[in-house]
Amino acid sequence: MTSRRRLTLDGNEAAASVAYRASETIAIYPITPSSPMAEVCDEWASRKRTNLWNAIPEMAEMQSEAGAAGAVHGALQAGALSTTFTASQGLLLMIPNMYKIAGELTPFVMHVAARTLATHALSIFGDHSDVMACRQTGFALLCSNSVQEAHDMAAVAHAATLETRIPFLHFFDGFRTSHEVAKIEELSDDDLRSMIPESSVFAHRQRGLTPDRPVLRGTAQNPDVFFQAREAQNRFYDVCPDVVARTMQSFGALTGRRYGLFEYVGDPAADRVIVIMGSGAETVHETVDYMTARGEKVGVLKVRLYRPFARQAFLAALPKTVRTLAILDRTKEPGAPGDPLYLDVTTSLAEAHAEGVSPFAVQPRLVAGRYGLSSKEFTPAMIKAIFDNIAKDKPKHHFTVGIVDDVTHLSLPWDPSFQTESEDVSASLFYGLGADGTVGANKNSIKIAGQETELFAQGYFVYDSKKSGAITVSHLRTSKRPIRSAYLVNRASFVACHQFEFIDKIDVLEHAAPGAAFLLNAPGAADEVWDQLPKEMQEQIVERKLRFFAIDAYDLAKSAGMGSRINTIMQTCFFSISGLLPRDEAIKQIKKSIEKSYGKRGPEVVRRNCEVVDQALAHLHEIKVPASATSRRVRPPLVSTEAPDFVQKVTAVILAGKGDLLPVSAFPIDGTWPMATTKWEKRNIALEIPVWDSKICIQCNQCALVCPHAAIRAKVYDESELSGAPPTFKSTPFKGTEHKGKHLTIQVAPEDCTGCNLCVTVCPAKDRTNPKHKAIDMHPQAPLREAERANYDFFLAVPELDRTTLTKFDHKSSQFLEPLFEYSGACAGCGETPYLKMLTQLFGDRLLMANATGCSSIYGGNLPTTPYTTNSDGRGPAWSNSLFEDNAEFGFGFRLALDAHVASARRLVQQLGPQIGDGLTTALLDADQSSEAGIKEQRERVLALRQKLAGVKVDEARRLETFADYLVKKSVWLIGGDGWAYDIGYGGLDHVLANRRDVNILVMDTEVYSNTGGQASKATPLGASAKFASSGKAAGKKDLGLLANMYGHVYVARVAFGAKMVQTAQAFIEAESYPGPSLIIAYSHCIAHGYDMAQGAAQQKLAVDSGVWPLYRFDPRRIPLGEPPLQLDYGAPKAKVGDYMRNESRFRMVERADPARYKMFVEESQAAAERRYAVYQQLAGIKVPAFEPVTQPAAPDSKEK
Amino acid sequence: MDLSTTCFGKRLPHPLVVGAGPLGDDLDTVKALEDAGAAMLVLRSLYEEEITGEQMDAFFHVEAHSDAFSEASSFEAESEMPLGPDEYLEHLRRVKRAVGIPVIASLNGCTAGGWISYAKLLEDAGADGLELHLYHAASDMTTSAADVERQALDTLREVKRAVKMPVAVKMVPLLTAFANFAKQLDTAGADALVLFTRFHRADIDIEELEIVRSLPLSDSSELPLRLRGAAILAGRVKASLVITGGIHTGIDVIKATMAGAHVTQMVSALLRHGPDHLRTVRREIEAWMQEHEWTSLNEMRGNMSLERIPDPAAYERANFRMALR
Repeated sequence: MTSRRRLTLDGNEAAASVAYRASETIAIYPITPSSPMAEVCDEWASRKRTNLWNAIPEMAEMQSEAGAAGAVHGALQAGALSTTFTASQGLLLMIPNMYKIAGELTPFVMHVAARTLATHALSIFGDHSDVMACRQTGFALLCSNSVQEAHDMAAVAHAATLETRIPFLHFFDGFRTSHEVAKIEELSDDDLRSMIPESSVFAHRQRGLTPDRPVLRGTAQNPDVFFQAREAQNRFYDVCPDVVARTMQSFGALTGRRYGLFEYVGDPAADRVIVIMGSGAETVHETVDYMTARGEKVGVLKVRLYRPFARQAFLAALPKTVRTLAILDRTKEPGAPGDPLYLDVTTSLAEAHAEGVSPFAVQPRLVAGRYGLSSKEFTPAMIKAIFDNIAKDKPKHHFTVGIVDDVTHLSLPWDPSFQTESEDVSASLFYGLGADGTVGANKNSIKIAGQETELFAQGYFVYDSKKSGAITVSHLRTSKRPIRSAYLVNRASFVACHQFEFIDKIDVLEHAAPGAAFLLNAPGAADEVWDQLPKEMQEQIVERKLRFFAIDAYDLAKSAGMGSRINTIMQTCFFSISGLLPRDEAIKQIKKSIEKSYGKRGPEVVRRNCEVVDQALAHLHEIKVPASATSRRVRPPLVSTEAPDFVQKVTAVILAGKGDLLPVSAFPIDGTWPMATTKWEKRNIALEIPVWDSKICIQCNQCALVCPHAAIRAKVYDESELSGAPPTFKSTPFKGTEHKGKHLTIQVAPEDCTGCNLCVTVCPAKDRTNPKHKAIDMHPQAPLREAERANYDFFLAVPELDRTTLTKFDHKSSQFLEPLFEYSGACAGCGETPYLKMLTQLFGDRLLMANATGCSSIYGGNLPTTPYTTNSDGRGPAWSNSLFEDNAEFGFGFRLALDAHVASARRLVQQLGPQIGDGLTTALLDADQSSEAGIKEQRERVLALRQKLAGVKVDEARRLETFADYLVKKSVWLIGGDGWAYDIGYGGLDHVLANRRDVNILVMDTEVYSNTGGQASKATPLGASAKFASSGKAAGKKDLGLLANMYGHVYVARVAFGAKMVQTAQAFIEAESYPGPSLIIAYSHCIAHGYDMAQGAAQQKLAVDSGVWPLYRFDPRRIPLGEPPLQLDYGAPKAKVGDYMRNESRFRMVERADPARYKMFVEESQAAAERRYAVYQQLAGIKVPAFEPVTQPAAPDSKEK
Repeated sequence: MDLSTTCFGKRLPHPLVVGAGPLGDDLDTVKALEDAGAAMLVLRSLYEEEITGEQMDAFFHVEAHSDAFSEASSFEAESEMPLGPDEYLEHLRRVKRAVGIPVIASLNGCTAGGWISYAKLLEDAGADGLELHLYHAASDMTTSAADVERQALDTLREVKRAVKMPVAVKMVPLLTAFANFAKQLDTAGADALVLFTRFHRADIDIEELEIVRSLPLSDSSELPLRLRGAAILAGRVKASLVITGGIHTGIDVIKATMAGAHVTQMVSALLRHGPDHLRTVRREIEAWMQEHEWTSLNEMRGNMSLERIPDPAAYERANFRMALR
């Protein structure tokens, strides 16, 4: 037997490692939480790692999971070994091909990081709802419960599929297994070769389509034969479980790790058994070990091969003594007699009993239970509750566990104090910020523990859903024995809090065990730290006799030129306090991991990190803990007491990290949530905030326009409003003619600003005598917080500008309108959100938004708080996210509904004309709503209509009341990123454009799949490196705008707010007013481009100046005026494309790796920019004959005026 | 006719060397320069601040988004290529493979750590010599001239200890005690002294209230300052003397040689006229020497140095007295 490496890695990599080596072709598409499997394969391919047959697998990123499934189907048909990776909605998109692949008896393995399907809400987290939606496809379903198993079962699947000809779906729990880092034994190439016989590979290849031995597959069959042909493959399913069992046996002989189709663990004479699959089975295993050691007759049956379900093997695996079975499903099938695993077990037992082959003298009781939806915690305490439940005479049937169901009362109560972790487990918890590198360092720590000690090691990382100021919690365990705890650390012997402000926000010591060590990164002198703690925390420290350590890591990092990167400092302290390794050895290993992690960033980065590691311990202090709490300060409430009831009772609980405690009754029943909740979450994440100097300000409003978080705002108002202003509130007379006599204030929202600096970099107003001082400068937030909070509250209370008084709508005046999108969780400096904010300023009170899944749906709609808000009339954007792929169609449906509602309203107005009165009827039907004033008047007419209708006692009047508001113009916007518009949703988008309905499409083009981590899309430009195109994309960016132009009836604009704000605003206003389909493609700088987002606007300008990003507007309304429909808003390229490219890490990476290739990309991109300009310039000169319709257009007939 | 000279311990067929600048960036140009007869090539400066700055920027801006969000542990493609000198080193290796003439690397640093480690890496990558750009922003009011000189000398000594290849120091013209400092560099082991660095121009945009930096191409008018520097040092230091800045014609080279230069570097002239200009300049030198019956440059070298001219004040008091005469 070859000696095998011990590796510390996550479940995704463990599975991918086998899949890659066992495949010749791999088709991929990113989706959380499976993307890392595809990414790591792509990385291996780019490093020319070979598979088992010394070839580099052919990799292809497709436009969707449906595309990936089609591609693997084709590759399989052509005789190649193939694999793919997916999850959730992606898996659903593969189902049609899965039927085909199985129906054609094709050996194939797909690896799935099982994830929740979107229902009332999207969830990226883990459960089995996606996998369970595939159990009818004919695929074998094979489940792994841990990182090691994800590796091992991958091998079993790749071997068994070739022998059985049944395709396999190998799955493991999304996040809990896919993202858990653990120490495993790696299967060598020789291991895999011995598992996968060459003869079965040849047989597969031999069945491949080739004109040298042509066959026909994919026929259409009629009623006479289809049925029989479908039954022709039954034998293959009959023998499949035996083959899998045999494969597992030979695997066991090879590696010593023995698996079965069903594995029983527990008392051989157990009377209570839990049947379960997935990571939860490991926690049950741990709990069973604990309980049987204490004399309880319990056990667990782990289901490994779920399909084909081997009844005999299942029955044989159960102890004959079992009296009650709890069958646990990690999915929900509403309306079914039970969830799927329960039904299969029930059927098996019933059939066995009916056939007289049941091994049980007394038929066991079956109790169904549901747990763990969307990665809900599943702990030993809950498992104990299940065993207790099924010990009862009348157990709760169809129970749930892990939640409190106070509505249908299905849930089991559990005792959280029940713990099963053995004493030799050492558990640690770390609270950090995404940006401070805590998770990265902890991943390294767990790898050090795994690789440099004999201990088993486990790391699991929890993130909140913000993209700026995100809180991370790292859960680390080490143990002499294998770790089966697939749940969060809830008894830690070490707790670190890497951010001082968390002490007022989160109960970081909640899970600190008595006598644990607590490490706090605290500013200032160590002897002053104690006094700064809130009373609750002091009490916890005293009562639990915690050892308390403090370090001013930020001070050390700053002095060492490390900015706010404190992770390696804190890591050094962790090793020192925990004693996991001898101190010198720990420091040596930390430095080794620094070299490995940051070596690619360069030697200076490594040097500075190593330097702080050497200095860290000198700054670490153990704090003497007094005998009792001394602080009088208690934690402030998380949200203002002025917040609405729902926010206080639900949102605030989620914000405190206690969302698990909320009962079912707290929640909306259909996924409908209140608006405007970000405003209550004062995150205070900016270290510095902008300060306005009214004396220098030229009142251009650019700062407000570019602010991604609506945290800097402009307002004009009457001077009289200033009475009662706080003493530091700033105001200045407005300089323009439009609001003559009014006053202006530019005000920062001090607690909502993310400190991105974008406003400062765009501010054009300098102090002439001291040019480094601008009208907007950054100053430390803490000293300003109180005063600016009062100023901001005052500012918000100043009445908004009457929209109807604006004589023109442009980039500047738009900023005097109230944004109805505020304080989102988007990245600091986000390049997308300024567009959305402007959209809500211009049309927010009559906006319907369909949002494709992606960054914008996450910062737009991810709990706990959401940014879309309402104006003082209660109007605001109605927002919804359906899916990723269907957004154009989804939004189009909004339009259909509106058109139907408008038509009904108009018909009823006409019908009730006599009762309503001629004047009002005509005014309602002929209203000109092309201006704000027109819309306001129509709203007043609708009000008058309602008053009239109140007195009309006919059914039509009641019906018209439900439609009346639709007489006021609404604006439908379909928004999303380039992944949606260029790739997965292009078919739908194209169809919507081809139709003539009045919808507006906003594509926020970041040129990659931003939300899933920067994978290449068809919008990725030539030469940019992105995931799945690491050596630089070899093809140019798809010209989506030009394709849309070709329809002729579509309004199309390409905009970049950082380059030309006035044109951006023009495009939004024109698109909205155009009574047909409109498409705006908006340049959106993104963190995935790899530079300081404060420079985002400047880089946009360079993109336009170099011709990389053309600005234009194609307006079909110009055709009848005899003008060319296309109008260019940019000039001949005057800057070099190479200068644009060099600023961004995505291009620089290519230069570093292959300067000749980079040079070629620069030259080709330069030529493309010039060619593009030449083409557009010519198009902009084309006038086309106007079409004068003789008759009125037939459809759609319900256009609003 | 003997145009040969010695610099960096190397015998060169003539003194025409391509100076540090963009000419060395492109392999095709480098080959063309060799074909046109360049005796030696100095690559563009590797700036320590640039390297560390870019490294740290990438570290801060990219790492801040790593392991920070559940859907993506990073936002960029995995690259094994580190930022830092590797790119420069790889280019140096490519240039070395492409041409047979000596290739000198050039390093502009500011910290002891940076100088030493990068110098060694450059030597390992095959550099035939190293040109150190010692530059200190003279705006710090707390740093004395002696401090600046001490730091520079320490750096030179450390670099010399770390590498075996010859090391030149590129000097700035604005020094309180130029000759004394040059002598100290000479004593500390400088193999050549390069006269002088050309500064970027910092102009003021009076509308935008911004500084506009530029580095226009030189012309022969910049030569006299360098001639004076070489003339002061010629014969008084062991180090070879190199003139850079203002060498455009054969006559410029003759003047430089008379002032004492062993080697003359050209950048602007080659950027303006292309690599072939090397041939022109060489022809001009030969024609002039033939006409004036010089047979070797060695014979002429330093004949107009401070030591050998009858009125050293012509250099020492500079143009002030000359103008009054």
